[in-house]
Amino acid sequence: MSKVINATALDFDSVVLGSDLPVLVDFWAPWCGPCQMMGPVLDQISDELAGQLNIVKMNVDDPDNTALSEKYEIMGIPNMKLFKGGQVVKDFVGFRPKNHLLGELQNELNG
Amino acid sequence: MDNNSNSEIYDSVIIGTGPAGFTASIYASRYKLNTIVVGKLLGGLASESHKICNYPSEKEITGMELTNKMVEAAENQGAKIVMGEVFSVAKVGDIFVVTGTEGETWHAKTILIASGTEHRKLNIPREQELTGRGVSYCATCDAMFYKKATVAVVGGSDAALTAALYLSEIAEKVYLIYRGDELRGDPTWAEQVKMKPNVEILYSTNVIELVGDLKLESIKIDRPYNDTMELAVKGLFVEIGSEPRVKAYEAIGLTYDREGYIEVGKDQSTAVPGVWAAGDITDGSNGFRQIITAASEGAIAAESIFKHLKIGPAGLEVFP
Repeated sequence: MSKVINATALDFDSVVLGSDLPVLVDFWAPWCGPCQMMGPVLDQISDELAGQLNIVKMNVDDPDNTALSEKYEIMGIPNMKLFKGGQVVKDFVGFRPKNHLLGELQNELNG
Repeated sequence: MDNNSNSEIYDSVIIGTGPAGFTASIYASRYKLNTIVVGKLLGGLASESHKICNYPSEKEITGMELTNKMVEAAENQGAKIVMGEVFSVAKVGDIFVVTGTEGETWHAKTILIASGTEHRKLNIPREQELTGRGVSYCATCDAMFYKKATVAVVGGSDAALTAALYLSEIAEKVYLIYRGDELRGDPTWAEQVKMKPNVEILYSTNVIELVGDLKLESIKIDRPYNDTMELAVKGLFVEIGSEPRVKAYEAIGLTYDREGYIEVGKDQSTAVPGVWAAGDITDGSNGFRQIITAASEGAIAAESIFKHLKIGPAGLEVFP
């Protein structure tokens, strides 16, 4: 059961910046094939890292979110950013297989 | 969609979820073959097309929409589709063992390789570091991040021309940089590109270096344009063709043409008994790699696999 949260600019502050847990934000769009490939990967990781990490999806095609994707200088998707204490500590650009992303995230979470 | 690998022995594992794989799956389902389709990206490279106007029955459709229709059509016939990347294929006795990068395995009497091609890279300094930070291989995915910006497209084929057209609607200015002296894509697209006031075409020019620390700032070219060898751009879209994705099949002894595509016969069979190939990854269809020709090869391969499994060598039906 996926624990991925769909957020928008309206709840970004509370869901991402104000989160006690680290948050991985996936900037994606419905017309992006590689983003569609990331979907199931993030669903699985949200289960495996439940309690350690929240995963939030942000649809950049939603006009409400344009300013946010500009603020975080999104220039290509999929683009995932890891937030800790409201700050970006790492970004992941482009599709990644599950084990690859899981390993990178565990390094960051345990580091 | 299915997510599990198991010990079932399929009639065929179809590797690839693009037009060739889905068409093969549709035909195989109609022939009552027990197959599974394994792929990394639904629709493959076709899913990234911004606009498709040469597929019968579709006046104009995006790659993603056409992909969704193919998935629906294949599933309607009973296709089992698994998302995953194939790491290796081996033959153990009479059975092929397909292993995925996440450790999944599938077993089958035959294999159909339809895993297509991947984007060719420029292989120039800072390309990897700036990918997703100004360098893109998918205009459909990333064009919207370059509103009112100056961007460049590299290439002269259909993919480059349609990318330039799409970007011309979003960006302020588009440089189309091509190493040849004449655009080689569909003349209809070429004509439209030439008529766009905000597209400048640089012929006989190569991009040789990318400049930018955290994001792309400019590109260096090997032939002066308006007295400069460096163009300030926020985005660079690389559309210089693709290369066959064949690494996973090294162990089974396929043969390849000079460019690395899998050699196939008229029935899409390969040099390895029990292995067929279809779509962009083959040297078939006179080298004309299109959605329609991939679909055609997929259909031929499925029929050939059906004959191989169900009809004996003398042409007599072994199984009713």
